[in-house]
Amino acid sequence: MSTASAPKLTRKDFVTDQDVRWCPGCGDYSILAQVQKVFPELGVPRENIVFISGIGCSSRFPYYMNTYGFHSIHGRAPAIATGLKVSRPDLMVWVVTGDGDGLSIGGNHLIHALRRNVDLKILLFNNRIYGLTKGQYSPTSELGKITKSTPLGSADHPLNPLLLALGADATFIARTIDVEAKHQQDIIRRAAEHKGSAFVEILQNCNVYNDGAFAALTDRETKADTQLVLEHGKPMIFGKNRDRGIRLNGLTPEVVTLGNGVSTADLLVHDEHDPVIAFLLSRMAPPEFPTPIGVLRVEQKPTFDALMNRQIEEAKAKFGEGDLEKLLHRGDVWTVP
Amino acid sequence: MATNPIGAPLQKPVQERESVVIRFAGDSGDGMQLTGMQFTTESVLAGNDIGTLPDFPAEIRAPAGTLYGVSAFQVNFSSKNVYTAGDDLDALVVMNPAALKTNLPDLKPNGILIYDTAEFTESNLKKAEYTQNPLEDGSLDKYQVYPVEITKITTLALKDLNLPNRSVMRCRNFFALGVVSWLFNRPIEPTQKWIKERFRRNPEVMEANLRALQAGYHYGENTEIFASSYEVKPAPIAPGTYRNITGNTATALGFLAAAYKAGLPLFLGSYPITPASDVLHELATFKNFNVYTFQAEDEIAGVGSALGAAFGGAIGITTTAGPGMNLKAETIGLAAAVELPLVITDIQRAGPSTGMPTKPEQADLLQALYGRHGEAPLPVIAAATPADCFYAAFEAVRIAVKYMTPVILLTDGYLANASEPWLLPAVSDLPEIKVEFRTDPHGFFPYLRDETTLARPWVRPGTPGLEHRIGGLEKDYLTGNISYAPLNHEQMVRVRYRKMAKITQDIPPTKIDGPDRGKLLVIGWGSTYGSIAAAVKEFQEQGKAVSHVHLRYLNPLPADLGGIIARFDKVLVPEMNMGQLLRVLRAEYLVDAVGLNKIQGRPFKVAEIAARIARMLEE
Ligand code: SF4
Repeated sequence: MSTASAPKLTRKDFVTDQDVRWCPGCGDYSILAQVQKVFPELGVPRENIVFISGIGCSSRFPYYMNTYGFHSIHGRAPAIATGLKVSRPDLMVWVVTGDGDGLSIGGNHLIHALRRNVDLKILLFNNRIYGLTKGQYSPTSELGKITKSTPLGSADHPLNPLLLALGADATFIARTIDVEAKHQQDIIRRAAEHKGSAFVEILQNCNVYNDGAFAALTDRETKADTQLVLEHGKPMIFGKNRDRGIRLNGLTPEVVTLGNGVSTADLLVHDEHDPVIAFLLSRMAPPEFPTPIGVLRVEQKPTFDALMNRQIEEAKAKFGEGDLEKLLHRGDVWTVP
Repeated sequence: MATNPIGAPLQKPVQERESVVIRFAGDSGDGMQLTGMQFTTESVLAGNDIGTLPDFPAEIRAPAGTLYGVSAFQVNFSSKNVYTAGDDLDALVVMNPAALKTNLPDLKPNGILIYDTAEFTESNLKKAEYTQNPLEDGSLDKYQVYPVEITKITTLALKDLNLPNRSVMRCRNFFALGVVSWLFNRPIEPTQKWIKERFRRNPEVMEANLRALQAGYHYGENTEIFASSYEVKPAPIAPGTYRNITGNTATALGFLAAAYKAGLPLFLGSYPITPASDVLHELATFKNFNVYTFQAEDEIAGVGSALGAAFGGAIGITTTAGPGMNLKAETIGLAAAVELPLVITDIQRAGPSTGMPTKPEQADLLQALYGRHGEAPLPVIAAATPADCFYAAFEAVRIAVKYMTPVILLTDGYLANASEPWLLPAVSDLPEIKVEFRTDPHGFFPYLRDETTLARPWVRPGTPGLEHRIGGLEKDYLTGNISYAPLNHEQMVRVRYRKMAKITQDIPPTKIDGPDRGKLLVIGWGSTYGSIAAAVKEFQEQGKAVSHVHLRYLNPLPADLGGIIARFDKVLVPEMNMGQLLRVLRAEYLVDAVGLNKIQGRPFKVAEIAARIARMLEE
């Protein structure tokens, strides 16, 4: 990826002239603001950035980013982005998707983009509802969710996006929250810096169809007790008085209160490179546990696009640049005088 | 005295034939495809024009000896021009009873039948569902039957090599090839060369196969059973350099050549499906030509990735068969809306659903023309012969980038696997494919159209000052911004139609094979070319006013087609479907055209079309 030689960009350079059409108060506004805030710092010229989305409220995102953009069809953004990134490794390609787009109709493409480790930055806005189609439950809605399509409550168990990403062996897995501006910026920056598939779940409030889905997590009063903010190399501490933590009991994590013989030294220390810890974290959920936010997992692995391009370079080194005339005459040819 | 290719004097009389259609049939493990291909090479080097047709079972490893495990390869070699792989067989070589049972109905009365005596055991007859032995019940009386001890003599010839029995059995196909090579006076050097090359790391197997081939050849010469051999003189073939090519290989090379001419990388996104996978396999070997081959997670990702690559400025293509087309349909609609170049190849097979995956059909034409949501007209181009797949694929790319539109390329399972000699073009003679990416920000709008083509500009991401967004939502006619304005939508729908109409300016005048007016016009498209051409020729040679038009462009149709149709009394449309082009022609030109429809997963026989022509001329 080429880095900037052009004059320093500002937030404004990433704003388009299009009216933003999300509902007033939607969590998407904050995400757009954080992305536009971070992007000038990345040092990537905006013509080298592409946003690709599917369908859903989140997928309107590209229209509001003054970069190259492609608002595609439901669920298919990772596939389109893969073709682009493989053939244009010089571009920085972002995918914006939602819980319906990325985990339901497009689940297959998401899995495969992650396991291939295509160098894509994937932001999944998880509001646990279908917004654009006016309020049906989504694959991340809690069991028993009452919506227009499930008046007696949904009967299916929700999908855990982080576990799915882990199962697909994604090389960067993180979670953040729409209203946590600073945290979100850090995560977006880290995703941008990661070489390989970066999967970021952003918990996002849909104030029209699923208002307050993350209220306990974002409420000023409770959030210190409900959020577990992850820091690499630091013990897992949370709580208003920072007096609670996560300890391993055998292979099982438990919440403990510091004091009475329990010290920070007993707590589990976060290690972004340890897949076992990532697994434990991705399963932690209220009411038993706080909700972990931050980078769960980072791993360095060759990217799919790099490997594909390397094959082309190697083929050229071995056989020389393709010569069509020669190729057509390859094999059993004969001449009629 | 004349000598045969291995130096022995020719003693038996030679009968001349104008052309011969031969089929090799055996178990899928018997190597019949290889035998057929080698026989093809020998025939090509003997100077004949040829057409071939492989026919293999859908099952990968069907149980030995069963009817559904039979694999066959047909070769038509002639001293005249060849249009098809031939109708009925002049000669049939069968390696077991199952092959006899499934293929005998195609053998002409008095045709040559060669079979392996050792294989007609009670248990093999049972597997082939024979209740009585066809060798004994008189059912073969109307043929020239040659029992050949293929297994026995091959075993004898290889005795001192001490190979395991399994390896010996695998040499039998070369013995059979040796016999028929003698019978039809084919040179066996090309096969000897092939064996030496193929088994150069395995000298024992090389020796065994060479011996089997030679033993077969000597057998033909020395045994009493063949009274004479046959000769087919070289055909009048245009000078030049040739290679034998299947439709799938030609398709792959056509795409490659187009990207090469355009000076752009080629990106194929594809999901394995019969009979299209060979295009993926083929292109995967051309990486040094800046070819990306991406085996996607599904059909949708196959076309999606190709569209993504096209957005990035590559030649994006995808390949599939009918069921895959359905899955890709939504993305094709997106490609139509965002007006990016993309080629979608449908290598048609018999459907619906899984249908008969290894058998051809032409039943996806209406899907190609109309199988999308909304008003989404697209150019549709069809290949007529195996070698023509090269030019059709090339043309599909050329139209796609010139008009900034997805293009559907139709071939089928017959073209995919059949082969014919291809007069190799000089790369410099291929049409230019000029691509100019927009780089000038001045006055730029994503949907600003070129006046002559109505194409919108192609902009590579990475171009400063041209950052823009495209998508599936309806766009403003000029700016490309989202617009739900009623009149704007109608304007956009109409301009997308007008763009299709513009493409007619790229369609050359329609070639009429025969007089340009007369009693009967036969209109075809796709792989029926050979059968129609051969049938029509029979009538033209009798001085009848029958002509043939074969359509390459199914959308838009050539501008002169209506006028041509009007100059004929009757129109016949043979198709391997229930009459899809027929409907289009009737709707488009209000012509009372008549269909001839065959839906058997097999190409038309020349005789079937000729019979219908004869009837229509009499009526
Ligand atoms: S429906 Fe919900 S998610 Fe969609 S824009 Fe409105 S608030 Fe946001």
